[in-house]
Amino acid sequence: MRPFWSGTITFGLVTVPVALYSATRPRGVALKMIGPDEAPVRRRYICSKDGKVLDADEIVRGYETEKGKYVVITDDELEAIEPRKSREIDLRVFVDVDDIDPMYFNRAYFLVPSGGTNKAYRLLAEVMEKKKQAGIATFVMRAKEYLVAILAENGILRAETLRFSDEIRKPEDVGLPEVPKVGPADVKKFEAQIARHAKKVNLHEFLDDYTERLEKLVAAKERKKADIVKAPTDLRDEEDAGGGEVVDLLAVLSRSLGGGSPPARKPARKASGTAKKKAPAKKSAAAKKK
Amino acid sequence: MAAARAIWKGVVHVGTLTIPVKLYTAVKEHTVHFRLLHKTDKQPVKQQLVNAGDDPIEYAEVKKAFPIARGRLVMLEKEELEKLEPKDSRDIEVTRFVDVGDIDHRWYERAYYLGPDGSEKNYFAAAAALARKQKEGVARWVMRDKSYVGALRAEDGYLMLITLRHAEEIIAADALKPPGGRPLAQREVEMAGQLLEALHDEFDPTQFKDEYRERVMELIETKAAGRKPKVVKFRPKKESDDITDALAASLAGMKTKKAARG
Repeated sequence: MRPFWSGTITFGLVTVPVALYSATRPRGVALKMIGPDEAPVRRRYICSKDGKVLDADEIVRGYETEKGKYVVITDDELEAIEPRKSREIDLRVFVDVDDIDPMYFNRAYFLVPSGGTNKAYRLLAEVMEKKKQAGIATFVMRAKEYLVAILAENGILRAETLRFSDEIRKPEDVGLPEVPKVGPADVKKFEAQIARHAKKVNLHEFLDDYTERLEKLVAAKERKKADIVKAPTDLRDEEDAGGGEVVDLLAVLSRSLGGGSPPARKPARKASGTAKKKAPAKKSAAAKKK
Repeated sequence: MAAARAIWKGVVHVGTLTIPVKLYTAVKEHTVHFRLLHKTDKQPVKQQLVNAGDDPIEYAEVKKAFPIARGRLVMLEKEELEKLEPKDSRDIEVTRFVDVGDIDHRWYERAYYLGPDGSEKNYFAAAAALARKQKEGVARWVMRDKSYVGALRAEDGYLMLITLRHAEEIIAADALKPPGGRPLAQREVEMAGQLLEALHDEFDPTQFKDEYRERVMELIETKAAGRKPKVVKFRPKKESDDITDALAASLAGMKTKKAARG
Protein backbone atom coordinates (compact mmCIF):
# COMPACT_ATOMS: atom_id res chain seq x y z
CA MET A 1 0.00 0.00 0.00
CA ARG A 2 1.40 3.35 -0.98
CA PRO A 3 0.91 6.48 1.10
CA PHE A 4 -1.53 9.13 -0.15
CA TRP A 5 1.17 11.73 0.17
CA SER A 6 4.72 11.97 1.36
CA GLY A 7 6.72 15.04 2.18
CA THR A 8 7.95 17.09 5.08
CA ILE A 9 6.33 18.82 8.00
CA THR A 10 8.28 21.88 9.03
CA PHE A 11 7.97 23.99 12.14
CA GLY A 12 10.52 26.73 12.40
CA LEU A 13 13.67 25.26 10.89
CA VAL A 14 12.91 21.75 12.10
CA THR A 15 11.91 19.29 9.39
CA VAL A 16 9.92 16.09 9.92
CA PRO A 17 9.79 13.73 6.91
CA VAL A 18 6.47 11.89 6.90
CA ALA A 19 4.20 9.65 4.86
CA LEU A 20 0.44 10.07 5.07
CA TYR A 21 -2.02 7.16 5.25
CA SER A 22 -5.79 7.11 5.68
CA ALA A 23 -7.00 6.83 9.27
CA THR A 24 -10.42 5.59 8.24
CA ARG A 25 -11.45 2.40 6.53
CA PRO A 26 -13.96 2.62 3.72
CA ARG A 27 -17.57 2.23 4.69
CA GLY A 28 -19.50 -0.98 4.35
CA VAL A 29 -18.67 -4.12 2.45
CA ALA A 30 -17.60 -4.04 -1.18
CA LEU A 31 -19.63 -6.73 -2.89
CA LYS A 32 -18.07 -8.45 -5.89
CA MET A 33 -19.73 -8.11 -9.26
CA ILE A 34 -20.38 -11.46 -10.91
CA GLY A 35 -21.39 -11.93 -14.53
CA PRO A 36 -24.01 -14.36 -15.97
CA ASP A 37 -21.24 -16.96 -16.41
CA GLU A 38 -20.63 -16.85 -12.62
CA ALA A 39 -17.23 -15.32 -13.23
CA PRO A 40 -16.18 -11.98 -11.80
CA VAL A 41 -16.73 -8.84 -13.80
CA ARG A 42 -13.93 -6.42 -14.56
CA ARG A 43 -14.13 -2.69 -15.29
CA ARG A 44 -12.17 -1.17 -18.09
CA TYR A 45 -12.00 2.21 -19.76
CA ILE A 46 -13.00 2.74 -23.37
CA CYS A 47 -13.08 5.87 -25.50
CA SER A 48 -16.65 7.20 -25.70
CA LYS A 49 -16.12 8.07 -29.37
CA ASP A 50 -14.24 5.22 -31.04
CA GLY A 51 -14.80 2.55 -28.38
CA LYS A 52 -11.08 1.74 -28.18
CA VAL A 53 -10.03 -0.09 -25.01
CA LEU A 54 -7.63 2.16 -23.12
CA ASP A 55 -4.65 1.46 -20.90
CA ALA A 56 -3.80 3.83 -18.07
CA ASP A 57 -1.10 5.56 -20.15
CA GLU A 58 -3.62 6.39 -22.87
CA ILE A 59 -5.78 8.36 -20.45
CA VAL A 60 -5.21 12.01 -19.62
CA ARG A 61 -6.95 14.56 -17.43
CA GLY A 62 -8.97 17.30 -19.10
CA TYR A 63 -11.00 20.34 -18.12
CA GLU A 64 -14.08 21.20 -20.15
CA THR A 65 -13.82 24.88 -21.17
CA GLU A 66 -16.87 24.81 -23.40
CA LYS A 67 -19.20 22.02 -24.39
CA GLY A 68 -17.14 19.17 -25.86
CA LYS A 69 -13.87 21.16 -25.73
CA TYR A 70 -11.20 20.12 -23.26
CA VAL A 71 -7.85 21.46 -22.11
CA VAL A 72 -5.47 18.67 -21.13
CA ILE A 73 -3.68 19.19 -17.82
CA THR A 74 -0.77 16.93 -16.82
CA ASP A 75 0.36 15.83 -13.35
CA ASP A 76 3.64 17.69 -13.83
CA GLU A 77 1.85 20.91 -14.66
CA LEU A 78 -0.35 20.57 -11.59
CA GLU A 79 2.62 19.95 -9.37
CA ALA A 80 4.56 22.86 -10.87
CA ILE A 81 1.82 25.29 -9.79
CA GLU A 82 2.61 24.89 -6.12
CA PRO A 83 5.77 22.80 -5.86
CA ARG A 84 6.46 23.80 -2.28
CA LYS A 85 3.01 23.02 -0.94
CA SER A 86 3.05 19.69 -2.76
CA ARG A 87 6.01 18.58 -0.66
CA GLU A 88 5.82 20.55 2.55
CA ILE A 89 3.37 21.20 5.34
CA ASP A 90 4.73 24.35 6.92
CA LEU A 91 3.26 24.84 10.38
CA ARG A 92 3.35 28.56 11.14
CA VAL A 93 0.37 28.71 13.48
CA PHE A 94 -0.50 26.50 16.43
CA VAL A 95 -3.98 26.61 17.97
CA ASP A 96 -5.76 24.89 20.84
CA VAL A 97 -7.32 21.70 19.48
CA ASP A 98 -10.62 22.54 21.21
CA ASP A 99 -10.65 25.90 19.43
CA ILE A 100 -11.36 24.25 16.07
CA ASP A 101 -15.06 24.23 15.21
CA PRO A 102 -16.12 20.60 14.60
CA MET A 103 -17.98 21.67 11.45
CA TYR A 104 -14.59 22.11 9.81
CA PHE A 105 -13.27 18.57 10.18
CA ASN A 106 -13.32 16.51 7.03
CA ARG A 107 -11.01 13.46 6.95
CA ALA A 108 -8.34 11.98 9.17
CA TYR A 109 -4.96 10.61 8.11
CA PHE A 110 -2.13 9.08 10.11
CA LEU A 111 1.35 10.47 9.59
CA VAL A 112 4.25 8.04 9.95
CA PRO A 113 7.93 9.01 10.11
CA SER A 114 9.64 8.36 6.81
CA GLY A 115 13.16 9.72 7.28
CA GLY A 116 16.18 8.01 8.75
CA THR A 117 15.51 9.20 12.27
CA ASN A 118 12.19 9.67 14.02
CA LYS A 119 13.47 12.09 16.66
CA ALA A 120 11.92 15.25 15.21
CA TYR A 121 8.64 13.34 14.72
CA ARG A 122 8.54 12.24 18.34
CA LEU A 123 9.51 15.70 19.54
CA LEU A 124 6.69 17.41 17.63
CA ALA A 125 4.17 14.76 18.73
CA GLU A 126 5.17 14.99 22.38
CA VAL A 127 5.03 18.77 22.57
CA MET A 128 1.74 19.13 20.66
CA GLU A 129 0.03 16.41 22.67
CA LYS A 130 1.19 17.83 25.99
CA LYS A 131 0.02 21.32 25.08
CA LYS A 132 -3.20 20.05 23.42
CA GLN A 133 -2.34 22.07 20.34
CA ALA A 134 -2.63 21.54 16.62
CA GLY A 135 -0.52 23.05 13.88
CA ILE A 136 -2.50 24.63 11.04
CA ALA A 137 -1.32 24.91 7.44
CA THR A 138 -2.40 24.35 3.89
CA PHE A 139 -0.79 21.82 1.58
CA VAL A 140 -1.43 20.26 -1.81
CA MET A 141 -2.23 16.56 -2.17
CA ARG A 142 -3.29 14.93 -5.42
CA ALA A 143 -3.96 18.17 -7.23
CA LYS A 144 -6.04 19.73 -4.47
CA GLU A 145 -5.19 22.16 -1.73
CA TYR A 146 -6.24 21.26 1.79
CA LEU A 147 -6.48 23.19 4.99
CA VAL A 148 -5.08 20.82 7.56
CA ALA A 149 -4.69 20.49 11.32
CA ILE A 150 -1.72 18.41 12.44
CA LEU A 151 -2.25 17.03 15.92
CA ALA A 152 -0.92 14.27 18.12
CA GLU A 153 -2.61 11.50 20.06
CA ASN A 154 -0.90 8.60 21.81
CA GLY A 155 2.46 9.72 20.40
CA ILE A 156 1.20 9.48 16.81
CA LEU A 157 0.79 12.45 14.49
CA ARG A 158 -2.43 12.84 12.60
CA ALA A 159 -3.40 15.14 9.77
CA GLU A 160 -7.03 16.17 9.82
CA THR A 161 -8.12 17.91 6.67
CA LEU A 162 -10.44 20.83 7.34
CA ARG A 163 -12.90 22.64 5.12
CA PHE A 164 -11.94 26.09 3.92
CA SER A 165 -14.01 28.82 5.55
CA ASP A 166 -15.70 29.69 2.25
CA GLU A 167 -16.89 26.08 1.97
CA ILE A 168 -18.92 26.41 5.16
CA ARG A 169 -22.23 28.13 4.77
CA LYS A 170 -23.67 30.44 7.35
CA PRO A 171 -27.27 30.25 8.56
CA GLU A 172 -28.08 33.38 6.53
CA ASP A 173 -26.64 31.80 3.35
CA VAL A 174 -29.12 28.97 3.79
CA GLY A 175 -31.93 31.43 4.41
CA LEU A 176 -32.75 30.42 7.98
CA PRO A 177 -34.99 32.88 9.84
CA GLU A 178 -33.47 35.11 12.50
CA VAL A 179 -33.29 33.55 15.95
CA PRO A 180 -36.36 34.85 17.79
CA LYS A 181 -36.87 35.27 21.52
CA VAL A 182 -37.81 31.87 22.86
CA GLY A 183 -40.31 31.25 25.61
CA PRO A 184 -38.64 29.97 28.82
CA ALA A 185 -41.43 27.42 29.31
CA ASP A 186 -40.76 25.88 25.87
CA VAL A 187 -37.02 25.70 26.60
CA LYS A 188 -37.74 24.06 29.96
CA LYS A 189 -39.77 21.32 28.25
CA PHE A 190 -36.77 20.42 26.10
CA GLU A 191 -34.34 20.69 29.00
CA ALA A 192 -36.43 18.16 30.86
CA GLN A 193 -36.30 15.74 27.93
CA ILE A 194 -32.54 16.26 27.56
CA ALA A 195 -32.03 15.53 31.26
CA ARG A 196 -34.20 12.43 31.06
CA HIS A 197 -32.29 10.98 28.08
CA ALA A 198 -28.79 12.06 29.13
CA LYS A 199 -26.45 9.09 28.86
CA LYS A 200 -22.90 8.16 28.00
CA VAL A 201 -21.88 7.63 24.38
CA ASN A 202 -22.48 4.07 23.24
CA LEU A 203 -20.31 3.11 20.28
CA HIS A 204 -22.69 0.28 19.40
CA GLU A 205 -25.03 2.95 18.10
CA PHE A 206 -22.41 3.82 15.51
CA LEU A 207 -22.31 0.36 13.97
CA ASP A 208 -23.53 0.06 10.44
CA ASP A 209 -26.76 -1.92 10.74
CA TYR A 210 -27.03 -2.51 7.00
CA THR A 211 -23.70 -4.37 7.00
CA GLU A 212 -24.86 -6.29 10.04
CA ARG A 213 -28.02 -7.46 8.26
CA LEU A 214 -26.00 -8.30 5.17
CA GLU A 215 -23.59 -10.43 7.17
CA LYS A 216 -26.47 -12.25 8.82
CA LEU A 217 -27.98 -13.06 5.45
CA VAL A 218 -24.62 -14.28 4.15
CA ALA A 219 -24.06 -16.44 7.24
CA ALA A 220 -27.55 -17.98 6.87
CA LYS A 221 -26.94 -18.81 3.22
CA GLU A 222 -23.53 -20.22 4.04
CA ARG A 223 -25.06 -22.54 6.66
CA LYS A 224 -27.64 -23.73 4.15
CA LYS A 225 -24.89 -24.05 1.56
CA ALA A 226 -27.10 -22.01 -0.75
CA ASP A 227 -25.85 -20.07 -3.78
CA ILE A 228 -22.18 -20.56 -3.07
CA VAL A 229 -19.80 -20.32 -6.00
CA LYS A 230 -16.11 -20.87 -6.22
CA ALA A 231 -14.15 -17.75 -7.05
CA PRO A 232 -11.99 -18.22 -10.10
CA THR A 233 -8.31 -17.65 -9.55
CA ASP A 234 -8.14 -14.16 -11.00
CA LEU A 235 -10.45 -12.86 -8.32
CA ARG A 236 -7.99 -14.03 -5.70
CA ASP A 237 -5.09 -12.59 -7.64
CA GLU A 238 -6.81 -9.28 -7.72
CA GLU A 239 -7.15 -9.37 -3.98
CA ASP A 240 -3.49 -10.16 -3.49
CA ALA A 241 -2.26 -7.63 -6.00
CA GLY A 242 -2.63 -4.67 -3.67
CA GLY A 243 -4.96 -1.99 -4.92
CA GLY A 244 -7.05 -3.31 -2.05
CA GLU A 245 -5.83 -0.49 0.06
CA VAL A 246 -7.65 -1.54 3.13
CA VAL A 247 -6.75 -5.15 3.50
CA ASP A 248 -3.90 -4.39 5.81
CA LEU A 249 -4.10 -0.74 6.72
CA LEU A 250 -3.43 -1.53 10.34
CA ALA A 251 -0.44 -3.74 9.51
CA VAL A 252 1.03 -1.19 7.13
CA LEU A 253 0.66 1.55 9.72
CA SER A 254 2.18 -0.56 12.46
CA ARG A 255 5.12 -1.46 10.27
CA SER A 256 5.68 2.13 9.24
CA LEU A 257 5.53 3.35 12.79
CA GLY A 258 8.30 0.87 13.53
CA GLY A 259 6.35 -1.19 16.02
CA GLY A 260 6.40 -4.50 14.14
CA SER A 261 3.06 -6.30 14.06
CA PRO A 262 0.02 -4.53 15.45
CA PRO A 263 -1.04 -5.19 19.02
CA ALA A 264 -3.69 -7.91 19.16
CA ARG A 265 -6.87 -6.03 18.58
CA LYS A 266 -9.36 -7.10 16.03
CA PRO A 267 -11.04 -4.64 13.74
CA ALA A 268 -14.60 -3.96 14.81
CA ARG A 269 -15.83 -6.52 12.36
CA LYS A 270 -14.46 -9.13 10.05
CA ALA A 271 -16.20 -7.67 7.04
CA SER A 272 -14.43 -4.34 7.27
CA GLY A 273 -11.12 -6.15 6.95
CA THR A 274 -12.11 -7.77 3.69
CA ALA A 275 -13.76 -4.69 2.27
CA LYS A 276 -11.95 -3.31 -0.72
CA LYS A 277 -11.75 0.31 -1.50
CA LYS A 278 -12.87 1.24 -4.93
CA ALA A 279 -10.87 4.33 -5.70
CA PRO A 280 -12.78 6.87 -7.73
CA ALA A 281 -11.82 6.73 -11.38
CA LYS A 282 -10.09 10.08 -11.25
CA LYS A 283 -7.83 9.08 -8.45
CA SER A 284 -6.84 5.68 -9.69
CA ALA A 285 -5.88 7.01 -13.08
CA ALA A 286 -3.80 9.74 -11.52
CA ALA A 287 -2.15 7.26 -9.17
CA LYS A 288 -1.28 4.87 -11.96
CA LYS A 289 0.40 7.58 -13.94
CA LYS A 290 2.74 8.49 -11.11
CA MET B 1 -27.82 35.37 -1.53
CA ALA B 2 -30.98 33.51 -2.43
CA ALA B 3 -32.25 31.03 0.12
CA ALA B 4 -30.93 27.52 -0.44
CA ARG B 5 -33.19 24.64 -1.29
CA ALA B 6 -33.81 22.06 1.39
CA ILE B 7 -32.55 18.61 0.44
CA TRP B 8 -34.88 16.66 2.73
CA LYS B 9 -37.72 17.08 5.20
CA GLY B 10 -38.23 15.21 8.44
CA VAL B 11 -39.44 15.34 12.02
CA VAL B 12 -37.03 15.29 14.98
CA HIS B 13 -38.37 13.29 17.93
CA VAL B 14 -37.03 14.24 21.35
CA GLY B 15 -38.84 12.03 23.84
CA THR B 16 -42.47 13.07 23.43
CA LEU B 17 -41.67 16.37 21.69
CA THR B 18 -41.47 16.81 17.93
CA ILE B 19 -39.71 19.36 15.71
CA PRO B 20 -40.62 19.44 11.99
CA VAL B 21 -37.44 20.35 10.10
CA LYS B 22 -35.93 20.90 6.69
CA LEU B 23 -32.37 19.77 6.00
CA TYR B 24 -29.86 22.03 4.22
CA THR B 25 -26.28 21.21 3.34
CA ALA B 26 -23.82 23.29 5.38
CA VAL B 27 -20.75 22.41 3.33
CA LYS B 28 -20.22 23.44 -0.25
CA GLU B 29 -17.00 22.15 -1.76
CA HIS B 30 -15.19 24.18 -4.37
CA THR B 31 -13.41 21.48 -6.31
CA VAL B 32 -12.14 21.79 -9.86
CA HIS B 33 -13.69 18.94 -11.79
CA PHE B 34 -11.62 17.16 -14.38
CA ARG B 35 -12.69 14.48 -16.80
CA LEU B 36 -10.66 11.54 -17.99
CA LEU B 37 -9.95 11.72 -21.70
CA HIS B 38 -8.55 9.46 -24.38
CA LYS B 39 -5.07 10.87 -25.01
CA THR B 40 -5.11 10.85 -28.83
CA ASP B 41 -8.56 12.20 -29.66
CA LYS B 42 -9.30 14.11 -26.41
CA GLN B 43 -12.68 12.46 -26.05
CA PRO B 44 -14.11 11.51 -22.64
CA VAL B 45 -13.56 7.92 -21.56
CA LYS B 46 -16.30 5.72 -20.19
CA GLN B 47 -16.29 2.61 -18.08
CA GLN B 48 -17.26 -0.75 -19.45
CA LEU B 49 -17.91 -4.00 -17.64
CA VAL B 50 -16.41 -7.15 -19.16
CA ASN B 51 -16.29 -10.84 -18.24
CA ALA B 52 -13.19 -13.01 -18.01
CA GLY B 53 -13.22 -13.42 -21.79
CA ASP B 54 -13.26 -9.63 -22.25
CA ASP B 55 -16.83 -9.62 -23.63
CA PRO B 56 -18.86 -6.57 -22.59
CA ILE B 57 -21.62 -7.17 -20.04
CA GLU B 58 -24.62 -4.97 -19.32
CA TYR B 59 -24.95 -3.73 -15.74
CA ALA B 60 -28.42 -5.30 -15.53
CA GLU B 61 -26.86 -8.75 -15.99
CA VAL B 62 -24.46 -8.32 -13.11
CA LYS B 63 -25.11 -10.09 -9.82
CA LYS B 64 -23.61 -9.24 -6.50
CA ALA B 65 -21.65 -11.66 -4.34
CA PHE B 66 -20.15 -11.55 -0.88
CA PRO B 67 -16.65 -13.03 -0.55
CA ILE B 68 -16.48 -15.51 2.33
CA ALA B 69 -13.64 -17.91 3.02
CA ARG B 70 -10.78 -17.80 0.55
CA GLY B 71 -11.92 -18.38 -2.97
CA ARG B 72 -15.64 -18.74 -2.25
CA LEU B 73 -18.52 -16.34 -2.75
CA VAL B 74 -22.15 -16.25 -1.64
CA MET B 75 -24.38 -15.02 -4.46
CA LEU B 76 -26.99 -12.43 -3.49
CA GLU B 77 -30.16 -11.78 -5.47
CA LYS B 78 -31.37 -8.23 -6.05
CA GLU B 79 -34.54 -8.92 -4.06
CA GLU B 80 -32.51 -10.23 -1.13
CA LEU B 81 -30.43 -7.05 -1.06
CA GLU B 82 -33.47 -4.81 -1.38
CA LYS B 83 -34.98 -6.47 1.66
CA LEU B 84 -31.96 -5.41 3.72
CA GLU B 85 -32.50 -1.74 3.00
CA PRO B 86 -33.89 0.29 5.88
CA LYS B 87 -37.55 1.23 5.83
CA ASP B 88 -38.35 4.66 4.49
CA SER B 89 -39.28 7.14 7.17
CA ARG B 90 -39.40 10.86 7.97
CA ASP B 91 -38.42 10.39 11.60
CA ILE B 92 -35.17 11.61 13.11
CA GLU B 93 -35.06 9.76 16.40
CA VAL B 94 -32.89 11.22 19.17
CA THR B 95 -31.80 8.24 21.26
CA ARG B 96 -29.68 9.98 23.89
CA PHE B 97 -28.01 13.23 24.87
CA VAL B 98 -24.29 13.34 25.58
CA ASP B 99 -21.92 16.09 26.74
CA VAL B 100 -20.57 18.32 24.01
CA GLY B 101 -17.08 17.01 23.27
CA ASP B 102 -17.87 13.38 24.16
CA ILE B 103 -18.08 12.51 20.48
CA ASP B 104 -14.57 13.02 19.19
CA HIS B 105 -14.34 15.13 16.03
CA ARG B 106 -12.96 12.14 14.11
CA TRP B 107 -16.51 10.79 14.02
CA TYR B 108 -17.88 13.85 12.29
CA GLU B 109 -18.44 13.43 8.60
CA ARG B 110 -20.67 16.08 7.08
CA ALA B 111 -22.61 18.98 8.55
CA TYR B 112 -26.19 19.94 7.73
CA TYR B 113 -28.28 22.84 8.97
CA LEU B 114 -31.76 22.11 10.14
CA GLY B 115 -34.34 24.78 9.55
CA PRO B 116 -37.86 24.98 11.00
CA ASP B 117 -40.52 23.49 8.75
CA GLY B 118 -43.68 25.40 9.63
CA SER B 119 -43.82 26.09 13.35
CA GLU B 120 -40.65 27.68 14.76
CA LYS B 121 -41.50 27.39 18.44
CA ASN B 122 -40.09 23.96 19.23
CA TYR B 123 -37.17 24.38 16.84
CA PHE B 124 -35.70 27.41 18.59
CA ALA B 125 -36.62 26.12 22.04
CA ALA B 126 -34.70 22.89 21.38
CA ALA B 127 -31.65 24.81 20.12
CA ALA B 128 -31.71 27.03 23.20
CA ALA B 129 -32.07 24.04 25.53
CA LEU B 130 -29.12 22.17 23.94
CA ALA B 131 -26.92 25.25 24.23
CA ARG B 132 -27.87 25.87 27.86
CA LYS B 133 -27.29 22.26 28.88
CA GLN B 134 -24.09 21.95 26.78
CA LYS B 135 -25.37 18.71 25.30
CA GLU B 136 -25.72 17.19 21.89
CA GLY B 137 -28.17 14.52 20.79
CA VAL B 138 -27.35 11.23 19.08
CA ALA B 139 -29.86 10.94 16.26
CA ARG B 140 -30.79 8.15 13.83
CA TRP B 141 -32.70 8.51 10.61
CA VAL B 142 -33.18 7.01 7.17
CA MET B 143 -32.67 9.24 4.16
CA ARG B 144 -32.82 8.00 0.56
CA ASP B 145 -32.64 4.29 1.49
CA LYS B 146 -29.68 4.74 3.80
CA SER B 147 -29.58 4.86 7.56
CA TYR B 148 -27.58 7.56 9.27
CA VAL B 149 -26.32 8.31 12.75
CA GLY B 150 -25.69 11.94 13.50
CA ALA B 151 -25.01 14.47 16.22
CA LEU B 152 -27.80 16.98 16.81
CA ARG B 153 -26.10 20.18 17.91
CA ALA B 154 -26.91 23.78 18.68
CA GLU B 155 -24.91 26.35 16.72
CA ASP B 156 -25.54 30.06 17.25
CA GLY B 157 -29.17 29.47 18.12
CA TYR B 158 -29.81 27.07 15.23
CA LEU B 159 -29.94 23.28 15.05
CA MET B 160 -27.33 21.32 13.11
CA LEU B 161 -27.09 17.68 12.25
CA ILE B 162 -23.60 16.29 11.65
CA THR B 163 -23.50 12.80 10.19
CA LEU B 164 -21.15 10.44 12.01
CA ARG B 165 -18.89 7.76 10.63
CA HIS B 166 -19.58 4.12 11.29
CA ALA B 167 -17.66 2.45 14.10
CA GLU B 168 -15.76 0.15 11.74
CA GLU B 169 -14.43 3.10 9.74
CA ILE B 170 -12.41 4.50 12.62
CA ILE B 171 -9.00 3.14 13.52
CA ALA B 172 -8.45 3.89 17.19
CA ALA B 173 -5.23 5.75 17.98
CA ASP B 174 -4.45 3.16 20.68
CA ALA B 175 -4.62 0.34 18.12
CA LEU B 176 -1.19 1.52 17.00
CA LYS B 177 2.11 1.66 18.84
CA PRO B 178 3.82 5.05 18.62
CA PRO B 179 7.32 5.13 17.15
CA GLY B 180 9.91 4.53 19.82
CA GLY B 181 13.56 5.42 20.36
CA ARG B 182 15.93 6.92 22.82
CA PRO B 183 14.27 9.33 25.25
CA LEU B 184 14.04 12.88 23.95
CA ALA B 185 16.45 15.43 25.35
CA GLN B 186 14.67 17.60 27.92
CA ARG B 187 16.26 20.73 26.50
CA GLU B 188 14.88 20.01 23.04
CA VAL B 189 11.40 19.38 24.42
CA GLU B 190 11.56 22.74 26.21
CA MET B 191 12.78 24.59 23.14
CA ALA B 192 10.12 23.00 20.93
CA GLY B 193 7.54 24.04 23.54
CA GLN B 194 8.79 27.62 23.39
CA LEU B 195 8.61 27.57 19.62
CA LEU B 196 4.99 26.35 19.74
CA GLU B 197 4.11 29.06 22.23
CA ALA B 198 5.67 31.71 20.02
CA LEU B 199 3.57 30.48 17.11
CA HIS B 200 0.36 30.08 19.14
CA ASP B 201 -2.72 31.94 17.95
CA GLU B 202 -6.50 31.75 17.74
CA PHE B 203 -8.01 29.41 15.15
CA ASP B 204 -8.99 31.71 12.30
CA PRO B 205 -9.86 29.70 9.19
CA THR B 206 -10.54 32.85 7.17
CA GLN B 207 -6.76 33.41 7.08
CA PHE B 208 -6.34 30.41 4.82
CA LYS B 209 -7.43 30.47 1.22
CA ASP B 210 -7.47 27.77 -1.41
CA GLU B 211 -4.97 29.57 -3.63
CA TYR B 212 -4.10 26.42 -5.50
CA ARG B 213 -7.56 26.22 -6.99
CA GLU B 214 -7.20 29.73 -8.41
CA ARG B 215 -3.87 28.78 -9.92
CA VAL B 216 -5.33 25.66 -11.49
CA MET B 217 -7.98 27.81 -13.13
CA GLU B 218 -5.27 30.24 -14.33
CA LEU B 219 -3.31 27.30 -15.74
CA ILE B 220 -6.38 26.09 -17.61
CA GLU B 221 -7.00 29.58 -19.05
CA THR B 222 -3.35 29.93 -20.07
CA LYS B 223 -3.40 26.62 -21.89
CA ALA B 224 -6.82 27.25 -23.42
CA ALA B 225 -5.41 30.46 -24.90
CA GLY B 226 -2.58 28.44 -26.41
CA ARG B 227 0.13 29.92 -24.18
CA LYS B 228 2.83 27.99 -22.34
CA PRO B 229 2.44 27.74 -18.55
CA LYS B 230 5.21 29.01 -16.26
CA VAL B 231 7.25 26.42 -14.41
CA VAL B 232 8.29 27.11 -10.82
CA LYS B 233 11.13 25.13 -9.25
CA PHE B 234 10.95 23.78 -5.74
CA ARG B 235 13.79 24.54 -3.35
CA PRO B 236 13.40 22.57 -0.16
CA LYS B 237 14.50 24.10 3.12
CA LYS B 238 17.98 23.07 4.08
CA GLU B 239 17.65 20.11 6.37
CA SER B 240 19.49 20.26 9.61
CA ASP B 241 20.55 17.04 11.29
CA ASP B 242 20.93 18.74 14.60
CA ILE B 243 17.53 19.46 16.11
CA THR B 244 18.97 21.55 18.93
CA ASP B 245 20.62 23.87 16.40
CA ALA B 246 17.47 24.06 14.29
CA LEU B 247 15.32 24.88 17.33
CA ALA B 248 17.78 27.48 18.59
CA ALA B 249 17.96 29.13 15.18
CA SER B 250 14.13 29.09 14.88
CA LEU B 251 13.70 30.71 18.28
CA ALA B 252 16.37 33.31 17.51
CA GLY B 253 14.58 34.06 14.24
CA MET B 254 11.27 34.48 16.06
CA LYS B 255 12.82 36.97 18.48
CA THR B 256 14.32 39.15 15.78
CA LYS B 257 11.00 39.14 13.92
CA LYS B 258 9.17 40.17 17.08
CA ALA B 259 11.75 42.85 17.82
CA ALA B 260 11.50 44.24 14.32
CA ARG B 261 7.73 44.36 14.60
CA GLY B 262 7.48 45.73 18.10
